[in-house]
Amino acid sequence: MKHMNLTRRSFMQITTSAAGGLMVGIHFPSIARATGEGAAAEINAWLTIDPDNIVSIVTPQTEMGQGAFTAVPMMVAEELDIPWENVRHVYASANRHVNNGNLYTTTSTGGSTTVSRRHPYMMQAGASARERLRVAAANRWQVPVDKVTAKQGWLTTEHEEQGTIQGTYGEFAAEAAAVTLDEEPAIKAYGDWWLLGRDIPRLDVPLKTNGTATYPIDVSVPGMVHAAAMACPVPEGRLVSYDFDAVKDMPGVIAAVELEQVKDVPAFTDLRSGVAIVADSWYQAQNALAVMPIVWDYGRGASISTESQMAEAMQLISQPGALVLNEDGNVGRRLDRGVNHDAAHGIIEASANQVIGEVYYRPFETHATMMPPCAVADVTDDRVDVWTFTQDIARSLNEVADQLGRDTENVFLNQTYLGGGFGGGYNMDVHRQAAAISAAVGRPVKVIRSREEDVAQDSQRPPVWGTYKAALGEDGLPEALVTHFVGDEKFPAFSQRGVANMPYLVPSRRHEYSAVQNHIPIGYHRAPGANSTGFIVEQMVDELAQAGGWDPLEWRIKMTEGNEPWQRVLLAMKEKSGWTTDMGRGEGMGIGVVESHGTVAGCVATVAISRRGQIFIDKLDFYINSGYVINPLGAREQAESSAIWELSHAMFGGLVIRDGRIVNTNFDSYQMMKMPDTPPEIEVHLEMSEDQWWGGLGEPTGPPTPPAVANAIYYATGKRIRSTPLAKAEL
Amino acid sequence: MSITLNINGQDHSIDVDPQMPLLWAIRETVGLTGTKFGCGIAQCGNCTVIVDGNAVRSCNTPVAAAAGKTIRTIEGVSENNDHPVQQAWQEITVPQCGYCQSGQIMSAVALLEKSPDPTDNEIDKAMAGNICRCGTYPRIRAAIHRAAELSKT
Repeated sequence: MKHMNLTRRSFMQITTSAAGGLMVGIHFPSIARATGEGAAAEINAWLTIDPDNIVSIVTPQTEMGQGAFTAVPMMVAEELDIPWENVRHVYASANRHVNNGNLYTTTSTGGSTTVSRRHPYMMQAGASARERLRVAAANRWQVPVDKVTAKQGWLTTEHEEQGTIQGTYGEFAAEAAAVTLDEEPAIKAYGDWWLLGRDIPRLDVPLKTNGTATYPIDVSVPGMVHAAAMACPVPEGRLVSYDFDAVKDMPGVIAAVELEQVKDVPAFTDLRSGVAIVADSWYQAQNALAVMPIVWDYGRGASISTESQMAEAMQLISQPGALVLNEDGNVGRRLDRGVNHDAAHGIIEASANQVIGEVYYRPFETHATMMPPCAVADVTDDRVDVWTFTQDIARSLNEVADQLGRDTENVFLNQTYLGGGFGGGYNMDVHRQAAAISAAVGRPVKVIRSREEDVAQDSQRPPVWGTYKAALGEDGLPEALVTHFVGDEKFPAFSQRGVANMPYLVPSRRHEYSAVQNHIPIGYHRAPGANSTGFIVEQMVDELAQAGGWDPLEWRIKMTEGNEPWQRVLLAMKEKSGWTTDMGRGEGMGIGVVESHGTVAGCVATVAISRRGQIFIDKLDFYINSGYVINPLGAREQAESSAIWELSHAMFGGLVIRDGRIVNTNFDSYQMMKMPDTPPEIEVHLEMSEDQWWGGLGEPTGPPTPPAVANAIYYATGKRIRSTPLAKAEL
Repeated sequence: MSITLNINGQDHSIDVDPQMPLLWAIRETVGLTGTKFGCGIAQCGNCTVIVDGNAVRSCNTPVAAAAGKTIRTIEGVSENNDHPVQQAWQEITVPQCGYCQSGQIMSAVALLEKSPDPTDNEIDKAMAGNICRCGTYPRIRAAIHRAAELSKT
């Protein structure tokens, strides 16, 4: 990290990206907010210290199970040097953030970035507070600041006359808050850590074993009423009319509120055309909504189905697609052996050793967070309070202000725990619904989406189709490779990531892309691109290896020569996993390795196939190179979690579209992995490179898992499964 | 219609539609929000409570069917968050987002009361109705075995 100069009330700029491009400004706000007797003193916007030496550390990111509420305080506490038992975590104020020039830089919580990308300024906040405490003690004790140590919550000096003098951080907090530093300290390097790198149980665990953790659905405001809302079941469609008279006398029903869509085609976070019923209880509102006659104009999507998109994709994939290039004019960022994309088709056509791939397919998947989207809004004349399902409290605050035409200063987005996020908390209009309904009825309101409405209206992960053709050289390795992937028109990146920039170096390489028509909303998901493309690329690799007479693991090692992060993972797999392609009839091992979110994750899957063709996954063995790991316990939890998340889709998932609408909208028809389906053995190896860096850990084990399983099924049965759900394959 | 529910040893007289699902009576009328809504069709187990010793999905149990029975929710598992299941859940850091965990814990408590040292097969069977989108299943399994151990001592 760059050394920096900083004074209080100034902006500081930190170089955060390895590429040196992104500059992040942080504003340390005016301080000394509360310095009275017995009050906690705010040293900077990130932390307050009370007289008992309890430190409250602010977390701008949301907690959805991934551990932000532990990781952020850990990073600040590492630098502050305070015993972990003295640390409390507190929610950041979205209002303060938004109205003070994005005080916490960002409140966005996604892309596995909270630690990997945010650590420089979070650690800086702790270091800055620690140095101010030292200066405050030096001033009071009349000693040079370099004679004062700050360690484990104590400030200490060896005084020439008085001997050892000590005081707690809490005793000096108010004075520290008023200190101006000439220069900010640099943050600690790996190796100097006392807290980071240890297994720290997440702070929110106990609240989640007795039902006291509060989610938006648990919030209650005096005078609150309940609403059930419905948008057009065919996305992009519009409400024409509804007959409230037919339901207004049903028990508890108070009102119907039309939800007005402003734009012809709403952005993903705009309010969509629909209608809500308000009642004394949600049960009553939902019952009335379910029977109220509603007329919709379904729009252009009504003719789209899973079959129509499949037919369109198969047509597109049989023709050349558009060439995908990165900023350097290459396919991907690692093709430094030369790209030669114009020649790839010709080399393959002229080759005597062609490999022509079949078409692979991943269908739509949905978030289905365990808490269905929910928001509470209390809209009054001079103040708006909102609690909602969001992965970015500032973004949601701005959306509510926009919905109501209010000044952001009077809008308060109150943070709660989230019942899962997985990207679903970005493209969400449930708080706009709550705000609009509360404004309309003049009372606080809670909106809960039924599961069916959640799945019907969610921003989905789009389908991806992919195929390839290659020419093999005399050594059996590809000398030319053309991949062609088809995705949806809204989010091309989700069918390019992980394939356009794959790490396997082929001398002549071309990636092509086509898009099907799609009206279904698309949004961020847990590793949305890499999960779909990884399934295809990592089976393609096994097919290419086999065609060239290579062991699939040796092929990957050879094809990533010189790529240290990959070599570390692949060589660890070779050394520790007991890898073999020959386990005997009905059993198989398979591998998948995918780089995403700055982390290389490999999976070795061991499966057994019953005589009836049922798949049993006996073991998943992970090799993960994310560089630094600040909390190995949290890393293992996330590795298990993202693997099971994606395996659930690959084994059982897949949304079905008929007449433009999603038809499998609840867990009876959109199935999930459950306890009996869970592999009995999951091992996680954290393989850290010598040349360390900061990779993310909330997502990367998902992408390699399904292809590892599918490859294992191939070695067990000789059958290659090119689409999901795997559990429906004929074996 | 007035219905009396005995929840965690306490009687609550409530005036609701007898067909209202027990879940909403517990959450909205009685105000115990630890029990969660997930699907409304008894497919996810988020709403699991224990009625007369059995794990029951409260989202499709009419409130009238629970009248006169003994209902236990997550709030009634222990006073101090120290039931062996809760201790094991904390020790093995089971919860992630935590939303499904009230239901998971109620299913586990009901299982252990019937089968104090369950096999993996029994765990599979008893827990098969509870979905966890964070995929904490391996830790839930380990924690149920650990809770069985803690209960013995």
